[in-house]
Amino acid sequence: MAREVISTGNELSALGAFDAGCMFFGGYPITPSSEVMHEMSDLLPTVGGKFIQMEDEIAGISVALGASMAGTKSMTATSGPGISLKAEQIGLAFIAEVPLVIVNVMRGGPSTGLPTRVSQADIGQAQYPTHGDYASITLCAGSLEECYTQTVRGFNLAERYMTPVFVLLDETVGHMHGKAVLPDLEEVKAKNVTRKRFDGKPEDYRPYDVPMNTPAVLNPMFEGYRFHFTGLHHGPTGFPTEDAAQCQFNIERLVGKIDAVAADVGLDDEADYEEFMMEDAEVCLIAYGSISRGAKEAVSKLRADGIKAGLFRPIMIWPSPAKKLKEIGQKFDKIFVTELNMGQYLKEIERVTGRSNFTTLHKANGRPIAPLEMVAKVKEMF
Amino acid sequence: MAFNYDQYLRVDKMPTLWCWGCGDGVILKSVIRAIDKMGWDMDKVCVVSGIGCSGRFSSYINCNTVHTTHGRTIAYATGIKLTRPDAHVIVVAGDGDGLAIGGNHTIHGCRRNIDLNFILINNFIYGLTNSQISPTTPQGMWCVSAQNGNIDPTFDACKLAIGAGASFVARETMLDPKKLEKILVKGFSHRGFSFFDIMSNCHINLGRKNKMLSAMENLAWIDSITTPLKKWEALPVEEQMNKFPTGVLREVEQAEYCDMYEMVIASAQGKRGKITQDDFAKKI
Repeated sequence: MAREVISTGNELSALGAFDAGCMFFGGYPITPSSEVMHEMSDLLPTVGGKFIQMEDEIAGISVALGASMAGTKSMTATSGPGISLKAEQIGLAFIAEVPLVIVNVMRGGPSTGLPTRVSQADIGQAQYPTHGDYASITLCAGSLEECYTQTVRGFNLAERYMTPVFVLLDETVGHMHGKAVLPDLEEVKAKNVTRKRFDGKPEDYRPYDVPMNTPAVLNPMFEGYRFHFTGLHHGPTGFPTEDAAQCQFNIERLVGKIDAVAADVGLDDEADYEEFMMEDAEVCLIAYGSISRGAKEAVSKLRADGIKAGLFRPIMIWPSPAKKLKEIGQKFDKIFVTELNMGQYLKEIERVTGRSNFTTLHKANGRPIAPLEMVAKVKEMF
Repeated sequence: MAFNYDQYLRVDKMPTLWCWGCGDGVILKSVIRAIDKMGWDMDKVCVVSGIGCSGRFSSYINCNTVHTTHGRTIAYATGIKLTRPDAHVIVVAGDGDGLAIGGNHTIHGCRRNIDLNFILINNFIYGLTNSQISPTTPQGMWCVSAQNGNIDPTFDACKLAIGAGASFVARETMLDPKKLEKILVKGFSHRGFSFFDIMSNCHINLGRKNKMLSAMENLAWIDSITTPLKKWEALPVEEQMNKFPTGVLREVEQAEYCDMYEMVIASAQGKRGKITQDDFAKKI
């Protein structure tokens, strides 16, 4: 049975993690994400899960990664400055293939920026948060429901692809308070992904000896399957190597297990985007996160004024819904892109569509973009 | 019969990458003998290391091993231990790893008194990166990053650990492996954060410009700067500052973090009330 709740985006993200089977949270206080941590400190011990507030952002992710290495579903939550500090550990998670959900409730930057105000300027950071080559999975919630469902999805993707997954909220969505209709709990639990494991003889266990474009198979610690985690390039059993062919294979596999799979069959069965009134649309608005809510209102206002507008809203930001974006680029003459940054996702849209003639509205002043501003900008195209 | 190290080592990873005469090998063997004395099931043992020469420590012991990033060993190990309080977790870090880049985590690991066995291999230098000053490099020594001699004041790792609240703090050198093994067993048996400051040599990178070109010369210097706690206490104050006391420097019973977390779980599950100041003898 669907559940009706009154809550906030941050709290629903925590509840999503809890329902996804998360048993460990490590973090450090930071605005505007702290409520995720507050909620986890309340929820986790009720089922014997562990919560710890660490001494800094770096320790906040390190402790969560240690828990994940031990074999448990684990999470951290922060905002942009926290991601900057966590960057090196995110790299270890990529190369050692340690699943982790990282919730980033975006605020204005760079640096301390606008701590209490909304932004979508960590889109680029989520794609390449740390040095080296890898492919990132990034989901972006646009509603209270999605703060819950995309966090659940983040866990399932992390455990399935053995990788850190970003769940992006922005300050507006994170602090939004209202009614949400959550999916049936048993249905959520039935779909929860458990990490694949090796059940053969311990002496035959080779965690990283997997084919191209597939994730490592990492058994929980302390169950007889001894292996080695390292941030160094490693061979089939996890021990360091500098073998050129092995290192090249490692990186191609790390990138391919996300990008190639996404391009081929998609990473899962969930929606990677939403189309709103797109069927008969003559102009396409593209927006994500909290800004997409204003964009929906703009679509309705435009239609009331006789302009057939539609909205395309990416949910899986990275890898981008490239096929669909390309289609839109070919189908629509008039495309309007709006983001709360100076055009970070616009670059991806330009890359994928191969065109650069977009009408845009980009802001980085910590304020939401009003639907009427969007309407005025869209009307300039006519 | 000679002690059989092979049952605890990943023999296919031998020889180690450490330099000839390096103390890390002596410490590795002492840790293995201490594990043997403890009778631990190696499937339940986890060794966590960071970056530096000591970072390789984890790959040589045949158990669950983690080679983390620079300085973050204690944070990773805390996640592992909290998840599996039944596991025996040994953390190995160098003086740069544990006192400089990872100093904050060392402080808070000690403060939480979580049941980790933290082995600081203190060789007074950044060895792996070719001789830069570390927080324990004595003033006046020459390093590649102090071309005119080091002016940075040094720091007593054990005083830090005691100040931060570790419930077992000991210092030993690798000069006497038997003694080292004994003190390791003592710390491994202790419930709470066990902090070991183990002084070791790096004649290659500390010694080369500081008149300790051989392991023996470096070890003679370590011998000259350490003395057992009892003897140290009897020294005049002006001599105390040039000697490090060895032995167990602090051993107290103190609530352990995983144990305390059980109170949180009990409270959340309604098996007890909220945790209040009355639950703790120390109120401030």
